[in-house]
Amino acid sequence: MLILVSYDVSTESAAGRRRLRRVAKVCLNYGQRVQKSVFECKVNLAQMEILKAELLDEIDEEEDSLRIYRISEPLDKNLMEFGKFKAVDFEDTLIV
Amino acid sequence: MTVLQNTLYVTTSEAYLRLEGETVCVMIEDQKRLQVPLHHLSAFVLFDHVMLSPALLGRCAEDGRSVVWLNRSGKFSARLEGPVSGNILLRQAQFRAAEDGAQTLRIARAVVAGKLRNSRQVLMRGARETDDGDEKEALVRTAKLIANQVRKIPLAEDLDTLRGLEGDAARLYFEALPKVMKPQARAEFPFDCRNRRPPRDRFNALISFLYALVLSDCRAALETVGLDPQLGFLHAVRPGRPALALDLLEEFRAPLADRLALTLINRGQLQAGDFDEREGGAVLLNDKGRKTVIAAYQTRKQEEITHPVLKQTLPVGLLPHWQARLLARYLRQDVAHYVPYLYR
Repeated sequence: MLILVSYDVSTESAAGRRRLRRVAKVCLNYGQRVQKSVFECKVNLAQMEILKAELLDEIDEEEDSLRIYRISEPLDKNLMEFGKFKAVDFEDTLIV
Repeated sequence: MTVLQNTLYVTTSEAYLRLEGETVCVMIEDQKRLQVPLHHLSAFVLFDHVMLSPALLGRCAEDGRSVVWLNRSGKFSARLEGPVSGNILLRQAQFRAAEDGAQTLRIARAVVAGKLRNSRQVLMRGARETDDGDEKEALVRTAKLIANQVRKIPLAEDLDTLRGLEGDAARLYFEALPKVMKPQARAEFPFDCRNRRPPRDRFNALISFLYALVLSDCRAALETVGLDPQLGFLHAVRPGRPALALDLLEEFRAPLADRLALTLINRGQLQAGDFDEREGGAVLLNDKGRKTVIAAYQTRKQEEITHPVLKQTLPVGLLPHWQARLLARYLRQDVAHYVPYLYR
């Protein structure tokens, strides 16, 4: 399934900036960055739970916010893409 | 349940792959070209000079991700091998079966039967699709001759007789195969017999490349199941030869490789410009052609089919895995016969 992870991490303090970097790193392990604080991840239910747990470990729930959306199939109907950035479909043919 | 994970193909030479967190980064000239989470990938197929960081190599070995290096024309050059794993009892059963002449012959017969039956299906399908009456008749005639060879398989008392039947049928098959090609494509893809090392025409170059891709999937499937890819039944054991992977490849040659090659040609997706001629008459796919073929093969692997024995839908890409499992079941004596994949 495809999920959308978006977050706001407070960067007022050095600790906040550190959290921001670490949250992004966790997201990258599961998917790809589509906008500055928005990631798309193709995961199964188990991976989604692990991702959620890892993210909750990183953020400070007093200061930051985290939202996870599940996008229902069919993706070509429920997801529209405009502008210069084109996401990579990791389940499609990967040739470099 | 095995899940069909993706394969990352790297055809850009001088690419460098490294591990970053739980992802793999493809670096080209110090630029990050692609970053993929490892959970999407079960295999890497690398062409020519592609390097992996020691950390990534270690990780792949540990997780049992297959890493294979092929040269430009798709010929196998190296692979990564992690710790020997899998079921030793199964491997023992495999070795005992290889020592036992009767059992070896039984498996080899199934392998040849699957191959001939499936190549016959490709000709029959060609016959259904052609409008030319004479060619249709010729294809049906060859298909019948191959069916006759299939009928002789149970009578073959030894491997040499069996290999003789296979050779005769293969010759008939390749003679008839150009008739499955659309007439307008035949000028660009002249083909009269199978040749390799090196391939001497575009069609041979194309099918050789596809066989190499399917072979690497067969090998990975056998290793996943825990069988030893080097100890074959129809193919004799030789140092460095993946004899069992070659056995398994036989039933897939026609439906996965030959049929895909013909489709690519008939639809005009591949043309003369996708091949290069080398000195001495060798013909090879060039970069553009190779990418087209890999993309088509990957798409084909995603297609779902109903397996005739298992009666369940599965993606084409998992066929080698399921056949390897069926073979393992036979070797462990859980079932009485090994039934090859039969293409419809």
